[in-house]
Amino acid sequence: MSEPARFAPWEDPDAKPLIRFRGVTKRFGTFTAIDGIDLDIFESEFFALLGPSGCGKTTLMRILAGFEDPTEGSILLDGNDLAGAPPNKRSTNMMFQSYALFPHLSVFDNIAFGLRRDRLPAGEVRARTEEMMALVKLQDLTDRRPHQISGGQRQRVALARALAKAPRLLLLDEPLGALDKKLRRETQFELMDIQERTGTTFVIVTHDQEEAMTVATRVAVMDHGRIAQVADPTGIYEAPNSTYVADFIGDVNIMKGRATPADGTVSIEWAEGQPALRCATELRLEKGVTAFIAIRPEKVSISSRRPGNSPNAVAGRVLDIAYLGNVSTYHVEIAGGQVIKAQTANTDRVARQEFTWEENVWLYWSETAGIVLER
Amino acid sequence: MRRLLIVAIPYLWLLAFFLVPFVIVLKISLSDTALARPPYFPQLDLYAGWTGVRDFLSGLDLENFAFLATDALYWKAYLSSLRIAAVSTLIALLVGYPIAYAMARANQSWRPTLLMLVILPFWISFLIRVYSWMGILGQEGYLNQLLIGVGIISDPLTILNTNVAVYIGIVYTYLPFMVLPIYASLGRMDESLLEAAEDLGCSRFQAFRLVTLPLSRPGIIAGCFLVFIPAIGEFVIPSLLGGSGTLMIGKVLWEEFFSNRDWPVASAVAIVLLLILIVPIIIFQRNEQRRQEAES
Amino acid sequence: MRRFGWFNATSLTLGLAFLYLPVVILVIYSFNASKLVTVWAGFSTKWYGELFRNEAFLDAAWVTLKVAFLSSTLATALGTMAAHVLVRAGRFPGRTLFSGVIYAPLVMPEVITGLSLLLLFIGIGLDRGVLTIVLAHTTFSMCYVSVVVSSRLVTFDRSLEEAALDLGCTPFDAFRLVTLPIIAPAVVSGWLLAFTLSLDDLVIASFTSGPSATTLPIKIFSSVRLGVSPEINALSTILIAIVSIGVIAASLASKRSAIRGQRDRRSAVRVP
Repeated sequence: MSEPARFAPWEDPDAKPLIRFRGVTKRFGTFTAIDGIDLDIFESEFFALLGPSGCGKTTLMRILAGFEDPTEGSILLDGNDLAGAPPNKRSTNMMFQSYALFPHLSVFDNIAFGLRRDRLPAGEVRARTEEMMALVKLQDLTDRRPHQISGGQRQRVALARALAKAPRLLLLDEPLGALDKKLRRETQFELMDIQERTGTTFVIVTHDQEEAMTVATRVAVMDHGRIAQVADPTGIYEAPNSTYVADFIGDVNIMKGRATPADGTVSIEWAEGQPALRCATELRLEKGVTAFIAIRPEKVSISSRRPGNSPNAVAGRVLDIAYLGNVSTYHVEIAGGQVIKAQTANTDRVARQEFTWEENVWLYWSETAGIVLER
Repeated sequence: MRRLLIVAIPYLWLLAFFLVPFVIVLKISLSDTALARPPYFPQLDLYAGWTGVRDFLSGLDLENFAFLATDALYWKAYLSSLRIAAVSTLIALLVGYPIAYAMARANQSWRPTLLMLVILPFWISFLIRVYSWMGILGQEGYLNQLLIGVGIISDPLTILNTNVAVYIGIVYTYLPFMVLPIYASLGRMDESLLEAAEDLGCSRFQAFRLVTLPLSRPGIIAGCFLVFIPAIGEFVIPSLLGGSGTLMIGKVLWEEFFSNRDWPVASAVAIVLLLILIVPIIIFQRNEQRRQEAES
Repeated sequence: MRRFGWFNATSLTLGLAFLYLPVVILVIYSFNASKLVTVWAGFSTKWYGELFRNEAFLDAAWVTLKVAFLSSTLATALGTMAAHVLVRAGRFPGRTLFSGVIYAPLVMPEVITGLSLLLLFIGIGLDRGVLTIVLAHTTFSMCYVSVVVSSRLVTFDRSLEEAALDLGCTPFDAFRLVTLPIIAPAVVSGWLLAFTLSLDDLVIASFTSGPSATTLPIKIFSSVRLGVSPEINALSTILIAIVSIGVIAASLASKRSAIRGQRDRRSAVRVP
């Protein structure tokens, strides 16, 4: 019994990237939208650019598509510099956030639009268009106009149109942003399925972390024109490299203190008169430097009595309880006034409210529950 | 290359047929009248080289503008144009506001039809619409026939060829320009604002005065300038409906040019008219900018 | 929903009566048999007959149509380009001047525009005739076209053009295949506006026309200066009829397409 080979070309030093950004910077007047980005994206990847609005992710994508020229640096596609190539001469295609479907053309003509620009014979255009319509399950809508179909259908037309020319690289700008939550979930899996079947390299821009985590092989978290971290979804969630990334992805408790390194662990003094917190780490920290511990709420346990043998235990008082159905989140105020979130799964239907407001409780977690961060 | 062409073609066209003509008007307004072809002096003689240019420049002066200032006909004409335009604008506002208000309060399904009915006259020839009042307002016109027939008056009223007829003509032809911007600002207004005002203790009239009127202010300003600015330079209305006592600068300019063949004075009249128009045009542009910002 | 109220009903009725009564009276009296325009003497269409025998009017009508067609077509091409420049070209040297000269003719008194163009034509020694009127009309109506088209371009979703480029269009193809078909209604209404403005213009045409080319408004003006005439009533009626039919047909067509669009959207919701 052998495990299927894991898809991780970025770990292979010999793998050639499909796209290589080298020191790419983009300035608009005095505003720096993209600040010296180096990044490799590999063939068949589903790569997500994630960040808050204004972080430069859309600009980065528009540079890839050819709508903006970088102020500095270069972008290589298959080793060839893309500088000066206009959008209509690039083997990249884009799915626009607004879909940008041509309102005066039918669904069929929209999908066939790019093929016709390549002056393919009519038969080939028809065959390829029909293939694309089957791929996104739109065979029945051939003659409809964009305003005659639903939002979800428009999203599929836009995808089919961008895929029709079999681009080396497909760019998706917030492709699911206009759909409601339920449809978005379903469509995420369809996108992954289509990406796998066509083998096309996808680059998706999104501000929705859940979406990025679901669909992507790797996620780049962006902040003010820089890339804060690039890693696979597990790496981003469990091993963030900064408090910014830890805080941007999911819910997190961050505690600040002074470090005292020991063998394979570090102790953080976080408040006067409180026992130091112990956390496993591979970082080599100087004694006395400021460091942070980031702990996800689901990794913090809560108890009414002092736990016997936990390396980290903190006393506190329940401020708020958020009952979300599947989980409950307790907001607990600890010494110094900081509020720590602890999450418990509601595994039994008969709700047994263990703790209540104003109750004194203990929070505890293991040595490997949190991660030590330098910034 | 193509991009450059797209900028250059309309640009050069407007420079050649709009800006250059202005420079010519300015130049001629500084020249002297002469009994020649063309009837002004000096002429720029480029073949004479630098001395030609110098002779030409030294021949220019502000004599025509001095003439405009001393001859009462001109400044009276300017003042009277401003007065007629202002009075007509005020009447158009009083007539137009209730129409716009009623349109904005009309049933949603009726609004496009009403809008079309107000715009339609704009597509019908301006000249014909002015002309249609000649038959109504004349001594034996339909209005006098009606009034005498009903017995309100016994002798016909003299309306045609007076300033009253000019007011009527301006209000009539420019009314859509007043109604449309006011309607636009009223139509956007949320009706629950009025309900809120009444809920807070306003009477209907107070709600109108304190909520509706201030909110329609940008529309009122836009409408007023859209009537006032073109009315100042109006030519057709005073010459068809006005009388010998009706002084309007558009008519004076026309006669100076076509009847007296005094090109330099006509040009000077045009330049002064433009200077007068600059102030209302700038106020109007400012208001439009604010209106657009409010919309977005 | 508030009550419409008697006040609103009255002001709307009186307002529309004020706008339409003069025109209606004009139309009715064009069928008057009497030479005295204001005295009704029975129904007759004889003034229409007179009109069609009047060579001078027919010639003027022909010149007017020629001028209107040529100038509105030229103005539409130039105005659309200007609108594209205003909305899309971003910054370029002389941009402020450009938008200034685009908007200036809209507020310029006609007497000044006419006078300045005439002085230009004399200055460059161009004989006044059909050509000079076409040039003059093109100049001021292209500004109206550019206002109409640019207000449509402002709301135009730029990503449509970018999508066309992304799918392999050259910038010119993107304009021809995507932008132009979508803004076509605005371009057509710009053309219609330019056409009507040209048909209608008296002042600028009077300045820029020569003895060889008299337009209909010039002819009408010189004849109504002397008073009302039954022939002019008949001519006005014909012009009013043409314009009304055109405007009503256009608005019905756009209304029908709007209703069809709504119906399509509704059925699209039903059919999954």
